[in-house]
Amino acid sequence: MDSPELEIVKRTAALARLEITDAEARTLAPQFARILAQFQVLTSVDVEGVEPMTGATRLADVTRADEPRASLPRAATLANAPDERDGFYGVPKTIGGGS
Amino acid sequence: MSTAAAGVVSGQTGTRWIPVIGLEVHCQLDTRTKLFCGCEYSFGAEPNTITCPVCTAQPGALPVLNSAALEYAVRAALALNADVAPVSKFDRKNYFYCDLPKGYQISQFDLPYCTGGGIQLASGKFIRLTRIHMEEDAGKAIHDRGDATLVDLNRAGVPLIESVTEADMCSADEAHEYLTALKEIFQYIGVSDCDMEKGSLRCDVNVSVHPEGEPWRTKVEVKNLNSFRNVRASIQYEIARQIEAYETGDPAQYPEQETRLFDVAAGVTRTMRSKEDAHDYRYFPDPDLPLVTVDAVLIERQRGLLPELPVARRARYESELGLSAYDAGVMTAARDVADFFETVVRVGGDPKAAANWIANDVLRALSDPDVAASSILELLVKPNDLAELIALVGDGTVSKNAGREVLDEMLRSGARAKDVVQAMGLEQVQDTSQIDEWCRAALAGREATVADVRAGNLKAIGALMGPVMQASKGSADPQLVRAALLRIIGEEG
Amino acid sequence: MSAYEELDATALAESIVRGERTAEETTADALRVIDERNDELFAFVSVDREGALARARALDERRAAGEAPGPLHGVPVALKANMCLAGAEVSCASKILAGYRPPYTATFVQRLIDAGAVPVGMTNMDEFAMGSSSENSAFGVTRNPWDVTRTPGGSSSGSAVAVASGMVPIALGSDTGGSVRQPAAMCGIVGYKPTYGRVSRYGLVAFGSSLDQVSPFARSTRDACRVMEVISGPDELDSTCVDAPPVAAGAGTGALAGLRVGVPPEYFPDDLDADVRACVEAAIEAMRAKGAEIVPVSLPHTDVAIPTYYVVATAEASSNLARYDGVRYGPRAEGDGTLQGMFAATRDAGFGDEVKRRILLGTYVLSSGYHEAWYGRALRVRRLLADEFDVAFQEVDVVACPTAPTAAFSLGEKSADPVAMYLSDTMTVPASLAGLPACSVPCGFVGARDAQLPVGLQVIGRPLADELVLAVARAFEAATDHRRRPPRSAGGAA
Repeated sequence: MDSPELEIVKRTAALARLEITDAEARTLAPQFARILAQFQVLTSVDVEGVEPMTGATRLADVTRADEPRASLPRAATLANAPDERDGFYGVPKTIGGGS
Repeated sequence: MSTAAAGVVSGQTGTRWIPVIGLEVHCQLDTRTKLFCGCEYSFGAEPNTITCPVCTAQPGALPVLNSAALEYAVRAALALNADVAPVSKFDRKNYFYCDLPKGYQISQFDLPYCTGGGIQLASGKFIRLTRIHMEEDAGKAIHDRGDATLVDLNRAGVPLIESVTEADMCSADEAHEYLTALKEIFQYIGVSDCDMEKGSLRCDVNVSVHPEGEPWRTKVEVKNLNSFRNVRASIQYEIARQIEAYETGDPAQYPEQETRLFDVAAGVTRTMRSKEDAHDYRYFPDPDLPLVTVDAVLIERQRGLLPELPVARRARYESELGLSAYDAGVMTAARDVADFFETVVRVGGDPKAAANWIANDVLRALSDPDVAASSILELLVKPNDLAELIALVGDGTVSKNAGREVLDEMLRSGARAKDVVQAMGLEQVQDTSQIDEWCRAALAGREATVADVRAGNLKAIGALMGPVMQASKGSADPQLVRAALLRIIGEEG
Repeated sequence: MSAYEELDATALAESIVRGERTAEETTADALRVIDERNDELFAFVSVDREGALARARALDERRAAGEAPGPLHGVPVALKANMCLAGAEVSCASKILAGYRPPYTATFVQRLIDAGAVPVGMTNMDEFAMGSSSENSAFGVTRNPWDVTRTPGGSSSGSAVAVASGMVPIALGSDTGGSVRQPAAMCGIVGYKPTYGRVSRYGLVAFGSSLDQVSPFARSTRDACRVMEVISGPDELDSTCVDAPPVAAGAGTGALAGLRVGVPPEYFPDDLDADVRACVEAAIEAMRAKGAEIVPVSLPHTDVAIPTYYVVATAEASSNLARYDGVRYGPRAEGDGTLQGMFAATRDAGFGDEVKRRILLGTYVLSSGYHEAWYGRALRVRRLLADEFDVAFQEVDVVACPTAPTAAFSLGEKSADPVAMYLSDTMTVPASLAGLPACSVPCGFVGARDAQLPVGLQVIGRPLADELVLAVARAFEAATDHRRRPPRSAGGAA
């Protein structure tokens, strides 16, 4: 039976697409537990009625005009691609599974 | 299994089942550039040629909201009588897929820009909208070429609005009608071409069924329906599948909460992922994008751009212009056709005649390769020209049949109706002395027929008209010919 | 003519414009010092020798042709390896971006180049700016020129050392929770984090998007002002960039008399290093002596700033780093041959331990069932922290406090203990969370006479008061001048 922390680490790693080994998970779990314990102090703060601060910007309503800017040449876009195929990005064969 | 009124479906066991249906419709906004970058999208371009650091998620690149996308979205909301939020925000929807460059989609979660509103069906039933939100499209993954999946990011970042209904519909027909109306409205107000073939309108449906009088049951989602036909077919299939599953009486076979895909070839839905695999999207406010504010000025400007919507136009065409419900429907199905029709009427064309000409001849021309026009706006025949032709037929200058020939020529060459009539010599001869001359010639040698007419058999006059029309090469006005024949026979009797 | 290493950027640019030296000679000087010192200190991960010399020659030619010089004419500059310059290798000191050459140039980098600066190379950092010591770099540790057994601080370690050791007079770093101010303090130079939004982030590889700010390192406050004048100002490519004019370079001196300086007791806790405390208290005393009024102010939520920061920053990072999936750039690991398997294998091979730890933490605090308890709560506490600064700034013009709780610590001292490492950011993260401008300016030294380590004074201002913060730092520098060059061979205590 995995400890709750180990269970959390494994589940979270899967969600974050981090392929961690069992040994890594066992190293990470106690660190994770310690960090969360340290952060537990957050729960002692009274935040009743406090609006969340979603960003440091105090701006609102920032938009641009609907005017085209030059796209990149395809060669420049694809120059860093690990598997470029006929002007596409190639990835392992998959079917569906998006959103 | 049979369908009765109000969407009730009777199962094999005699149970009366009520389907419950909601729709989520993704609609591409026709802005010039993408939602968060200046790439100018066009359908069918070479792969990965309409991309930039922002829409390919190069490290360090940042989004900036396209003001036109917000304006279009607001206009769509107003057309659906929905409430536009004064403040909304963009959130990140996190998941991993090869067509999602940033590993998250910028969307709106708990503060969408629009809530409420809806569409009234012909039956009077009102389909409520829960919300509409803005989001960016993903790229395109191609799975059927070679041994790899290929990713094209041209579409990544294209602006979408997703409208979500309440589960207010109870049949495939209602869903179809709602979708048709939604599409008409979006096209009318100029925010989207809603072309399902190009992927600019996509639909997900939620379907459940429950016995009449009982609580709602498990909802199943069917994703990525790319034609009206598939929307209808998938709903019908799901209703039947779910009823059948429940009627086994075996809970193990009951529908599960899951996401399914419609297999077009087989006409069935198949499991895509079950509830256990449901994504945890970890939504949170996108720190790269400040709050979105919509003020009264923006709203009023967009309201001012709203045209009269299809439902209102149909009603007006019936009540004010005297069109049949059918003709009014044909005239309003697309905004450009309705606008064309109204212009014809405004410059003097008779409304009923205009509707007939447009429905029977003008729209048909769009499928004629010689005409080479993809919309009524591209035709060489303009509303003025059609009105002129209608007048020429109306006052008897040309016959209805000759008018068709004239229109064909106008569509091909762009010439004006009067010029075509003249050039082709199709003008009906109204000169009574000329008509009298042809009549007298025809009567000669046809004494038996003449006697027949005199004896009171007026039908026999038809046998006399043919030779007259022939002699005039079809140019004589048939009414004048008939009158002349009767007069001459009478005079000579 | 003074030696290259002794001049700040302002003096160098003026000297080149006067014709006392050429841009090419100046760049060659920078390359010479880098050659001499980089093996030992590892400030740069890559140096673009030919590109820099070519750019410098072009500047000389344009100057000879009568073109007006920019404010940084011919000045060699170092860029942190998370800053996009088209064609340069921008690795973020991570294996997952090894070999990545961006197809575009950051707004602020272009502005530097347009002002006549000559980028000579990319500097080492903690991987994806996650760390406070350089020990999280995939390519090796950067050493403190004051004592090579110690950290220079981080995450902008290489840029700080490049300036402190005389390789370049100015460099850019990025400050998310103190990644410029803390290494500036530990290396004895000026580090300036602008108001959030004062400098465009377009082209800065994101770590914590609501916190990241491009921030200059310099050996003098006047250089920091000059760099700010060049790189700040509105940018239509960054929605969070404020519509305020560039920071005025001429932020004046003599501003201490009559200035109300707030000193928060929360920044002087019992466990604050005694030597650092003494140094900073002396600095505040020096400000009083020059006419500043010292006022105690209370910032009671300071003690929860660290967890708040780590929840917010890691949440944003977990999303920002999702794009490293092996599809569009970076080395790919095939894994089990499926798409999702390729993602996981690529990310496993590409990310280092601390980055993985933070992605996990950030994913966790956003995940279903924990989101409101952690992330949602942290956003509310963040508001409290910002609000209490607002209250303080109704009473005072600036807040003065230590930049870091200790002077440079030894390499290896905290690398095994993530929490201890996180706590070294205690004094810098509050201004980051509140989006405030903050400057670290040298305020003295601690340690034995033959093994001295620099200490930094942090000056924090209200939003958009960048000019005031820089003016105060400049006045403090003029009044005290703790600027010194590190010893040429710093063997350290070891």
